[in-house]
Amino acid sequence: MNTVAAIFKKEFASYFISPIAYVFIVVFLVGTNFMYFQPFFLINQADMRNYFGLLPWVFLFFVPAITMRGWAEERKSKTIELLLTWPVSDAQVVLGKFFAALAFLAVTVALSVTVPVTLFIIGNPDPGPIIGGYAGALLMGAAYLAIGLWVSSHTENQIVAFILAWVAMFVLMIIGHPVVTMKTPSALVPLFSFLGLFTHFESIGRGVIDTRDVIYYLSIAGVFLFLNAQSLGGRKSE
Amino acid sequence: MSEKTGRLMLEVRGLNKRFGQVRAVSDLSFEVRRGEVFGFLGPNGAGKSTTMRIITCFIPPTSGTVLVDGLSTADKDLAVRRKIGYLPESTPLYSDMTVKEYFAFVGQIKGLKGAALKSRTDEMFSVCALTKMADRQIGKLSKGYRQRVGLAQAMIHDPDLLILDEPMSGLDPNQIIEIRNLIKKFGEEKTVIYCSHILSEVSATCDRILIIKDGRVVVTGTPGDLTSGHRGGSRYTARIKGDVASVYRSLRSVAGVSHIDTEVVAPEGWVCARINAEGKEDIGEGIFKCIADNGLSLSELRRDQTSLEEVFTELTGGGK
Repeated sequence: MNTVAAIFKKEFASYFISPIAYVFIVVFLVGTNFMYFQPFFLINQADMRNYFGLLPWVFLFFVPAITMRGWAEERKSKTIELLLTWPVSDAQVVLGKFFAALAFLAVTVALSVTVPVTLFIIGNPDPGPIIGGYAGALLMGAAYLAIGLWVSSHTENQIVAFILAWVAMFVLMIIGHPVVTMKTPSALVPLFSFLGLFTHFESIGRGVIDTRDVIYYLSIAGVFLFLNAQSLGGRKSE
Repeated sequence: MSEKTGRLMLEVRGLNKRFGQVRAVSDLSFEVRRGEVFGFLGPNGAGKSTTMRIITCFIPPTSGTVLVDGLSTADKDLAVRRKIGYLPESTPLYSDMTVKEYFAFVGQIKGLKGAALKSRTDEMFSVCALTKMADRQIGKLSKGYRQRVGLAQAMIHDPDLLILDEPMSGLDPNQIIEIRNLIKKFGEEKTVIYCSHILSEVSATCDRILIIKDGRVVVTGTPGDLTSGHRGGSRYTARIKGDVASVYRSLRSVAGVSHIDTEVVAPEGWVCARINAEGKEDIGEGIFKCIADNGLSLSELRRDQTSLEEVFTELTGGGK
């Protein structure tokens, strides 16, 4: 556990060493706030459903940007050769990196606290859906991050890692979207909409935390973290 | 010493590693005794780094076994890694961390905590002369300091076996001497495997040397064994005053001489003779006496050492 903590600390700190992190945070906050508040007074509703509705799309760009460095940089600078010959298991390294990325995402999302604060000042929103929405955003983020890190472990090029992660997330996202399910054979529709990252977020965004959705996100994260550890082991058969 | 050498620190048996069609390592077997500084030599691409990566559990072998202090890399992989300190070829370090942060991180990963972590870090800083650089970013250090950081991270958990892959590459002569002394100091108590293609380096530091080529063992022995045991007998060079024929004739009469090359050299009347002996015994006295008895003058007589470079070039077919 101590080793996971050490890796977590180092990775988390490394996000803030480069100015890119701050740029991302600012872009994220300005972007989401702008998109949310622009129609806000027209809709005239003090809830955050529209804010959370934006997150799957924003995460689609934001999360690959967080995870692209993950393994690609270690591979490129060859530090992976030291890291993986130190007395740590592959799983420990994977978890350390994953939790650091999740913590960075959590910090960023937490900085949007100005939105609910504003709502409480000017209106009287229901806190349930807001708390549920934040919890759901983190769960969804965890699933996205695990995918992004897994993708990053296959390349030493960060740009490639970004684009492939984007593609992987996009496919998994729209697979349950009506655009796709309309055209798929009806037998497959339940499967597709079950696999879609998007479908599960809708109910959470309404403030309904269904265990099925929680289990879904956690299993997606679990599966890709497992694959990530496997792909590190994959160096072994290269 | 006998207790130290009693157990093997590293045992490699029938090691094979294939990358697709390429055989990087073929049926490699060797052992390293406890307390030895072991030189692992070979031309570029001979399979040195691959072998080191297998020993350090970075990649598994296609077949064969590696035992580190009796533990197999196949099933005791974490325990093996705890025993090893490794400096890979290109000294990969996290360049955005400061030296101090880096050692806090590496120490923790290697299981050091609290007071132990602090005292080991301080010790490494003073041994490797890094104290002044503690707050510098690693990416901004000179090559020599980066190398020391790499060496210090390998040694911080006091490993039984230190593996260094080309630790001198890119260093200036002063830095080389410093790092060599560090390695020697460490090698007094612990086992060191030192990979290199710089032979003078290895012969100055190592107790025993293994030369590989194309993933196979070519020769193994002490630096002395390799240089003297090579190409039969000892060799001498002499500068003698006289004409070629008489020099040749008198040298032929020396017992144990197998071959003589003569060459007229300046100033006029002097001959340089290269004498090969049949055996390894010293025939210098015989040569001197023979020349004196024949009334010739001698200005120089020396026994030539076969350099490790020559052995290396011949064994690995480098010059061809």
